[in-house]
Amino acid sequence: MKRKDFLQWSAMGLGAFMLPNIPAFGRSIDPLEALHEGIDVKLKKELSDVALNAAKAKGATYADVRIGRYLNQFVLTRETRVQNVANTESYGVGIRVIANGSWGFAATNKVTKEDIARTAERAVAVAKANSRVPADPVQLAPQKGYGEVTWKTPIEQSAFAVPVRDKVDLLLKVNSIALQGGANFVNSGIFASNEQKYFASTDGSYIDQDIHRIYPQFNVTKIDKASGKFETRASFSSPMGMGYEYLTPTPESKVSGLVTRYKDRYDILEDVKNATADVTQKMTAKSVEPGKYDLLLDPSHLWLTIHESVAHPTELDRVLGYEANYAGTSFLTLDKWRSGNFQFGSKLVNIVADKAQPHSLGAVGYDDEGVAPKKWELIKDGVLVNYQAIRDQAHIIGLKESQGCCYAQSWSDVQFQRMPNVSLQPGKDTLSVDDMIKNIKKGIYIMGNGSFSIDQQRYNFQFGGQTFYEISEGKVVGMLKDVAYQANTREFWNSCTAIADKRDYRLGGAFNDGKGQPSQSNAVSHGSSTARFDGVNVINTARKIG
Amino acid sequence: MPILSKEQAETLLKKVLHYSTADECQVSLYGSDAGNIRYARNAASTSGGVSLTQLAVSSTFGKRNGIATINEYDDASLEKVVRRAEELAKLAPENPEYISILGPQEYADSVTFVPATAAVDPKYRADAVQQSLQISKDNKLTTAGFLENSTGFNALMNSKGLFAYNAATNINFNVTMRTADGQGSGYATKGYNDASKLDVAAVSRYAASKATSAANAKAIEPGKYTVILEPAAGIVLLENLYFGLDARQADEGRSFLSKTGGKTRLGEKLVDERVNIYSDPHYPELPTATWSDDGRPLEKTTWIENGVVKNLAYSRYWAEKQKVKAVPQGNGFIMDGGTASLEELIKDTEKGILVTRLWYIRPVDPQTLLYTGLTRDGTFYIENGEIKYPVKNLRFNESPVIMLNNLEALGKPERTVSGETNMHAIVPPLKLREFTFTSLSDAI
Repeated sequence: MKRKDFLQWSAMGLGAFMLPNIPAFGRSIDPLEALHEGIDVKLKKELSDVALNAAKAKGATYADVRIGRYLNQFVLTRETRVQNVANTESYGVGIRVIANGSWGFAATNKVTKEDIARTAERAVAVAKANSRVPADPVQLAPQKGYGEVTWKTPIEQSAFAVPVRDKVDLLLKVNSIALQGGANFVNSGIFASNEQKYFASTDGSYIDQDIHRIYPQFNVTKIDKASGKFETRASFSSPMGMGYEYLTPTPESKVSGLVTRYKDRYDILEDVKNATADVTQKMTAKSVEPGKYDLLLDPSHLWLTIHESVAHPTELDRVLGYEANYAGTSFLTLDKWRSGNFQFGSKLVNIVADKAQPHSLGAVGYDDEGVAPKKWELIKDGVLVNYQAIRDQAHIIGLKESQGCCYAQSWSDVQFQRMPNVSLQPGKDTLSVDDMIKNIKKGIYIMGNGSFSIDQQRYNFQFGGQTFYEISEGKVVGMLKDVAYQANTREFWNSCTAIADKRDYRLGGAFNDGKGQPSQSNAVSHGSSTARFDGVNVINTARKIG
Repeated sequence: MPILSKEQAETLLKKVLHYSTADECQVSLYGSDAGNIRYARNAASTSGGVSLTQLAVSSTFGKRNGIATINEYDDASLEKVVRRAEELAKLAPENPEYISILGPQEYADSVTFVPATAAVDPKYRADAVQQSLQISKDNKLTTAGFLENSTGFNALMNSKGLFAYNAATNINFNVTMRTADGQGSGYATKGYNDASKLDVAAVSRYAASKATSAANAKAIEPGKYTVILEPAAGIVLLENLYFGLDARQADEGRSFLSKTGGKTRLGEKLVDERVNIYSDPHYPELPTATWSDDGRPLEKTTWIENGVVKNLAYSRYWAEKQKVKAVPQGNGFIMDGGTASLEELIKDTEKGILVTRLWYIRPVDPQTLLYTGLTRDGTFYIENGEIKYPVKNLRFNESPVIMLNNLEALGKPERTVSGETNMHAIVPPLKLREFTFTSLSDAI
């Protein structure tokens, strides 16, 4: 995951503006304007044909065009007041071409036939300039055109249709529960996004999609003025590929235990009450004794470890070296995959890529180069069996077609290989978390994601969390703090000795999976059930500064 | 469009304000024209260009504020965006933290716009890549890199008579070269306002020499070591100290600068007395805009002087509440150093580790500003004043505050770019004792 984009923009001497100018956010609009339908699909087809024809006329052998309308809504509060309500819209066209065997890309926010034609010509000019650098010509896996098709995230209620007032009332109620529970500070917010994307290519696809995502969250802070110490606990919600229905809790979506966690429905009022109690407990928690522990990792935590240590190193562009200058390469080199017996993890470890998984952030009907998404195995019974590849990479690993995981964060960014949802499969045998705890002599049970860092080839990682419970002789005996674990990816996954069954399966995820130069954000989910990892190195992160 | 002169921007913004009926109205205009080329595996991979403009209108009635934006500039569109901001303001809840807009301000001229950079085109970029690839080929290396340039302007005007304008250019180049067997990797980065200062070949040669000498690294035991952080490594920790100098967080008790009883460390010695950090829009090697995004003039501001925290950054709201001057944070920072070259620092080191790049920097504990991350693309063991051999990469857990208390020596500062945030700063090579490495990494 990446740092905030605004730091980059301010450093470029472009800091002086009142609104985030990154194209993914775009202009502010009225909440009601977000409900207006975008431009007519017939017109989008006409505009797309202008782009495709202009590119072909200038010598492009392939072209695709994305007309995107990206809507975001942020409702942000702190304590008893509303901090910000913002609706943004970003609208424009991105055109990608192959000319002289090289890629070229150009984008414009002027959605007129003249500007689109000019932008297509600019993309061809860029491709031709690039072709001066000697290289093998781009080789695209064949893709049959789908004709005119549509897809929409199956939501029950659009978050954009819910009045801002209702969201503000809910969030202020969240804050009031935290403050009543003794919190000094509480921030809360609801973020909703809607990608209205039209894709057309010279292969004959005209794809209209309407993609919805939502992320409600909060953070509770307690301060001990006497000692000057403070503790926080973030929400146990997940960003989801859902509508506002995610905020309507149901009993069957709750996972009971030390504290309630959530599947595909979230009870924000219950969670903030629990978080405030957790943060109180954290203030007096025991500082961890460093050493080896058996770790029990809740899905609210494990998703991020999967993201960094499995999903990233199986990205084929990293394996090949395309990210060598920024995000890094991968220890999962092609020779390991070709051997057919590279033991990535223990035999219990089965990890799948699935770009169509319901409720996930990554779910789409077609990717950003017009390929329907697929589901495939990355790690089977612990062995590395596949990567993630798009059209211009498929031939490298002997695939006849793309796996459908190409994405651009907005119309103004070029699309490239991005991870689909990558998830650890639940244990095949019936196993509850309570039973797993009973079997641990010296362990730590971790919930929620915290600090995270991993090297550029994905060997060495360090993760924190939100809450840490000490397990001694099969029982949870209290809360710990200052906990982080460090491991080598392969050793860690080979130390996986138990995975709870499917009853415990949940999704976590993030909007800000970062890769590429200029850096782009991808939204992706990672599912798992609670899993156990034996003998992992835990460090104590407490320090003193004067 | 997209790049307007000061006079063109002023004329357009006056026209926008003319439509306002709100108690207060502030308008900003932004435009940019940017291009980039990315290469990997010794060939261009992706590239492109983006042109953008945006007009933002902020209208306020009492303490109710609404913001609307548009990218069309005919009279009807300009009136429409003002009306929309006013409608949104009338619907908005009162913002108790709203502060009335500033009146007219005096701004010094900036030197952030350089015509040579604005003239950079796709051919320039492709030629630069070819130059870099030739060096890679000559050294039998595999190369990935990125070159981006941008030209942009910002303008701000309000109903109390404030007008500000700035145009800026920027060019950034960074490259990673790897040995054919994947056993060595070297990185270099440079960024300027002025493209004529960028020597793509020199940067590429530096990365190539790092890659070649970094091959076949030896493992050493993690632990506390004397380190020399090259500027490109030091900036990624120092920028987190700089961004952490926020008054409100400190006053609220949730910062490494907070103390018991609701007090802060403003005015106290925080780090070694040789540490001086400031921002200055007129610093010749790092010019920035002379005004902040809310129209406050940016001037030279000392943040840390002789190790003492001299200033914290305030929003206008928080400054008014605390009854102090609203000091804005500058774009980019300068850390003073000495005159020693990197080679001289190495020569004076009995045992230590030379770090050329730090990567994946993430906060671990905000109470102590503890960060973790790893070395990358060229890490070397120093003994008796010489680089002895390359070492495997290491994970650190370290706080910039602790690190700057363990200062041994400062080298000659230079302009560098953060590989984490793209921030530019002037940073000296830092020699530090007892830098904490907590585990070994196999990554190359």
